[in-house]
Amino acid sequence: MVKSRKRKFDDLVIAVVCFLFILLCLLPMVNIFARSFSSAQAMINNRVSFFPVEFTWESYFYVLQDSAFVRSLWWTALLTLICTVVSLTITVLASFPLIYDNLKGRKFYNGMMLLTMYFSAGTIPNYLLMKQLNLLDNPLVLIIPSCLSIFNMIILRSFFYTVPDSLRESAEVEGAGPINVLIRIYLPLSKPVMATLALFYAVGRWNGFSDALMYISNPKYAPIQFKLYQIINNRSAIDVAQQEGFASPAASEGLKAASVMFATVPILLIYPWLQRYFIAGVTLGAIKE
Amino acid sequence: MKEKRSTRKTYLYIKRTWTLYLMLLLPVAFALVFRYLPMTNISMAFKEYNMFKGVWASEWSDPIFKWFQRAFHTKDFWLALRNTLMLNGLDLIFGFPLPIILAILLNELAFKRYKKITQTIVYLPHFLSWIIISGIAKQLFAPRTGVVNILIGRSGGAPIDFLQESGLYVATYIALGLWKEMGWNTIIYLAAITGINPELYEAAEVDGATRLRKIWHITLPGIRSTIVVLLIMNMGRILGSEFDRPYAMQNGLVMNVADVLSTYVYRVGIRGSQFSLTAAIGLFQSVICVVFLFAANAIAKRFGERGIW
Repeated sequence: MVKSRKRKFDDLVIAVVCFLFILLCLLPMVNIFARSFSSAQAMINNRVSFFPVEFTWESYFYVLQDSAFVRSLWWTALLTLICTVVSLTITVLASFPLIYDNLKGRKFYNGMMLLTMYFSAGTIPNYLLMKQLNLLDNPLVLIIPSCLSIFNMIILRSFFYTVPDSLRESAEVEGAGPINVLIRIYLPLSKPVMATLALFYAVGRWNGFSDALMYISNPKYAPIQFKLYQIINNRSAIDVAQQEGFASPAASEGLKAASVMFATVPILLIYPWLQRYFIAGVTLGAIKE
Repeated sequence: MKEKRSTRKTYLYIKRTWTLYLMLLLPVAFALVFRYLPMTNISMAFKEYNMFKGVWASEWSDPIFKWFQRAFHTKDFWLALRNTLMLNGLDLIFGFPLPIILAILLNELAFKRYKKITQTIVYLPHFLSWIIISGIAKQLFAPRTGVVNILIGRSGGAPIDFLQESGLYVATYIALGLWKEMGWNTIIYLAAITGINPELYEAAEVDGATRLRKIWHITLPGIRSTIVVLLIMNMGRILGSEFDRPYAMQNGLVMNVADVLSTYVYRVGIRGSQFSLTAAIGLFQSVICVVFLFAANAIAKRFGERGIW
């Protein structure tokens, strides 16, 4: 009996330690949340920690007045949608043929794709390529160069391998070609793994920053992370207004918090729905053969 | 006769598989244009880049390793190289053990539903961009109004400027990396733990083993090979560099510890138009990275593990 009581105490200690990890992960986000809903005066007086003080929508109101920021949100949402569809399509095309063991050139193709994971041309050669292809300042540069992730291709391929060959063979006996096999057997079975890849691609595009920084200078095409970077680093309209004496310095603090919230909330909204799929997906990615 | 049969065989093979090759057309074209074609631009590192002539017509530099020599004589390059090694090294030292500990903790957690919730929450930061995280950090650690300094102030301390003092910047940089990835990196260990034969635990239970003994003698040996492979592979990436993370966090006051190769190449190359010099630096970095990875893979195989290819 003594033993089981000790057990219970252990379990409690572990549960408390895990709770500390939860707090560690959540508190920074809670703080930003609280700041975004607090009044500028409360922030200046150092009264905001984890609950909104003098609750106000003011900061959100400021953000929504910045038409460039709002447009950037919509633009990034559209971009994310397009990228996800394009990327999923090309990832399926890249992985499906690999399930045919006797396909000639399969090994070579596989090696050619995997090699790009370990050796890439580098920042400058890539930049010059975009210049040569006339893709600088072209919105396509945010879609095409990053449309296929080899890591995701490996995940999908590993999943396809787990589908029993007998399913495919029985369909082939009935005269189904590769396209039919893909559409009728493989795609319906791979909904969970496709959801995982959709999450990875969508988050990748939503969070993408460096390609916009390097290849895009027209503010019309600036994705949300780029706008957010400018706001955080005091290059927003309100900072200019503040320097010219039109706005109080504290307003920009709340504005930054609200802008961060705008960039974060879409991820928080889709993440829980896809969460149950991605663990299996990540584990598949560890299989390289 | 024989020849005829083989042409017939080829014909049948093509008839059966041409759609598959058609599918591969797009991915292959993608890889060739966006992954292999830019490799030809690596020649920049050995040329005098002339913006009007383009990469191909630009003349070869004399001596051929001119830009490498120039880089090795630049103080900022060495600084960026040192910082890359230092920050990656610290990431490895602190970032590697923590997910293992957290994975074991999660595995020992007795309440299943609570375990699920914990996992959901600790995976979350992985999905936030470095721009978002730097935004959160800049507010959290703000010298006057940040909550960390409010708490320090309440307990009687003087405000600390975490992001603008070299030593503290490095510590914050590493801590934020931990915050973002520690949960996510448990996934692979948790999967490995699931693979351990449950009979081992039952047998240990019968023998009256304590929890710590079971962790030490069953769980840890069970995930040993995962640990070894990941450790070696992470060591192989010691000279790799992220871009968003240092770029989003660095500021003028801490460049002596915050500038890494990727941000240096961006600033001097793309912003400063010194393409040849930075192409040389990029090539230097890529080659060393590949060599390290191959070495790491070979070592992993020597240890009797699977390696990564």
